[in-house]
Amino acid sequence: MTTATQPIGTRRTSNTSQRKHRRNWRGWLFVGPFAAVFLLVFIAPLAYALGLSLFANRMIGGTVFVGFGNYLTLFADPLFWQGLWRVILVLIVQVPLMLAIAMFVALALDSGRLHGSNFFRLSIFMPYLIPTVVAALMWGFLYGTNYGLVGQLNGFFGTSLNLFSADWILVSISNVITWTYIGYNMLIFYSSLKTISPSLYEAAVIDGASEWQIIRAIKIPHLRGSIAIATIFSIIGTFQLFNEPSVMQKMAPSVITNSFTPNIYAYNLSFNSGQQGYAAALAIVMGLVTVIIAYVVQLRGMRTEEGTN
Amino acid sequence: MKFRTIGRVLAGATAAGLALALTACSSGTAASSATAESFDSSKQYNITVWSWEPTIAADSDVLTAFKKAYPNINVTVTNVGSSADQYTALSNALQAGSGLPDVAQIEYYALPQYAIGSNLADLSSYGASDLSDKYTTGTWNSVNQTTSEGVSGIYGLPVDSGPMALFYNKTVFDKAGIADAPKTWDEFYEDAKKIHALGDKYYITSDSGDAGFMTSMIWSLDPSAIKVDGTNVTVDFSSEKVSKFVSIWQKLIDENLISTTIGGWSDDWFKGLSDGTLASLVTGAWMPANLMQNSPKASGNFRVALAPTIDGTAANSENGGSSLAVLQKSENKAAAYKFVEFVSAGDGEALRIQAGNFPALKSTLANSEFLSSTGAYASEDLLAYFGGQEYNTVLAQAAADVNAGWTYLPFQVAANSKFADTVGQAFSGKTSLTDGLSSWADTIVEYGNGQGYTVTKG
Repeated sequence: MTTATQPIGTRRTSNTSQRKHRRNWRGWLFVGPFAAVFLLVFIAPLAYALGLSLFANRMIGGTVFVGFGNYLTLFADPLFWQGLWRVILVLIVQVPLMLAIAMFVALALDSGRLHGSNFFRLSIFMPYLIPTVVAALMWGFLYGTNYGLVGQLNGFFGTSLNLFSADWILVSISNVITWTYIGYNMLIFYSSLKTISPSLYEAAVIDGASEWQIIRAIKIPHLRGSIAIATIFSIIGTFQLFNEPSVMQKMAPSVITNSFTPNIYAYNLSFNSGQQGYAAALAIVMGLVTVIIAYVVQLRGMRTEEGTN
Repeated sequence: MKFRTIGRVLAGATAAGLALALTACSSGTAASSATAESFDSSKQYNITVWSWEPTIAADSDVLTAFKKAYPNINVTVTNVGSSADQYTALSNALQAGSGLPDVAQIEYYALPQYAIGSNLADLSSYGASDLSDKYTTGTWNSVNQTTSEGVSGIYGLPVDSGPMALFYNKTVFDKAGIADAPKTWDEFYEDAKKIHALGDKYYITSDSGDAGFMTSMIWSLDPSAIKVDGTNVTVDFSSEKVSKFVSIWQKLIDENLISTTIGGWSDDWFKGLSDGTLASLVTGAWMPANLMQNSPKASGNFRVALAPTIDGTAANSENGGSSLAVLQKSENKAAAYKFVEFVSAGDGEALRIQAGNFPALKSTLANSEFLSSTGAYASEDLLAYFGGQEYNTVLAQAAADVNAGWTYLPFQVAANSKFADTVGQAFSGKTSLTDGLSSWADTIVEYGNGQGYTVTKG
């Protein structure tokens, strides 16, 4: 902006300010509508949350400005760190596994050696169409140790597996998420594979490449961009984990507590204990954490992509 | 440059708007009117009611009767959702200062939270102070509250009550060789062993960390565990009687004699109560209709007994139950009170009890037809469900035994939401109940002090 104003300013000193004004306002006519909507829809809620996070809502004394007090309390709150650690664990274990399976399925569908690939594509995608709340309920019934499928298997094999116990709960929840989102990620990979020009395959076949070599040399390098995108979506989704544990809370109340994931914690702080300011601080910190991690992954993803090209 | 300045102006405007909104929130303390406006029977009133209670739903007998009695009051009943959903909506509306109903159903444990912030109208001057001898101790205690400004008053009228009682499956108890229902918690522990001996799946009861049950137990054991005096609050969950109960409950958990994996109100829970693998439960007197509806297969097996106590002497508490409160911001308080009174103590009461509510009125609890479930209060299916036992006689005794002197925390809803992280951990073996209760008290102290109270751990 500074470089643009410089040459005009040096020539006509008397009219500068007036002319500049006019030019700027004309520009705003074009940008204005967008800027207004942008401010209202994107910036205002963020500013509101940011403002909220600096206040504490007290039952006695009303709303008090506390500065960064909420943030300081949050950084010393073990429940927040435990919740964050839980979603990070899910992120480290579940996301790579889910993406690997999704990629495997996409490659299998793309290989063209599968009979009824349309049917498989649709049925693997189907779980994504089921609302996550319904999916969590359904799996919750299957996991039931008393009357669910797990209970029946326990009775049959004489085991006492409890998928709602503290040791298993993350695995149980990860399983639901994996089941739901494999189809979605598979579709991202599959559509990316479909854009590969057939001439590359023909060339590879002429050179005598095996199917495995085609996958390694053509398909996987081509998928790098989609992998980066799918990973970023999964990271955001994992940090926002809410529906599945929230639905299963009734089935495992002492294991899935009100601070199980940062999102559940924020919800309960805001709606059950009236700590909206504290919840806003938590939301903003979680937003920043997500942005940083997603950005780092994106940087890495982009670099490898450029490297191969 | 230009963009930056405009950006700054806008940011400033947002901040100013924000500050305005926030000050608007904090100025919610309305002046308490000493004299109530009187009810004018020739004037047309419109009132809205938020309630999840089916007996006062829009198409209920109570509403029909009310419209007949007060044709000039037009009532709109809205079911906002479960109680928790309604509190969320209510808190949001209070914060926004608009969209509030005239009357809201509020459970006893949540009433202090709303009364303390002067969000509710004091009903004394509308006629509620004349009703003081009509209700049971437990319920009347619960609606008498003091705001943070020190205004004592009646901030709601009781709808129903839930004195604790032991609902047990007699068939299973017989099979286990238990002749009488346990009167003390020590006996309960012995019986738990006998029932678990019937098979791995058999438990005397289930508890996976229920804040409502634990607070009711504390009320029954030591009603002075929570003391509230203005903004000074004391909590002490370590008195002798509480400790004694806690050590028995800990033994039940450690020796796997109660199920800690079945959550209350879950599908498994009702199935367990149906097939007898959950042989009993200690809960509020509103349970019979719920049991019959959700565990119909157990018909004829269940009986009701007084809840066990620590030393066999009469003591009891309430579990659940709710009141109807009039919002301070309501512009039709007089008409709203007419509705509340009609539902709580007027003609609406009998209709509700017939539809399944457990009474809060002493006169109904002494009514012989109510006690025997005959006449106006006839309920053939429930009598059959309890094998012909006059269950209401036991429940009326349970109501009479409720300890006076108990008060919930002025921020009980928030405290309960932090139960699972503290006491709840004892049910998955991560801590002991004693330590869990101690850290719950610590959390209550920390939260309460953050809310402007002076909370100490006794």
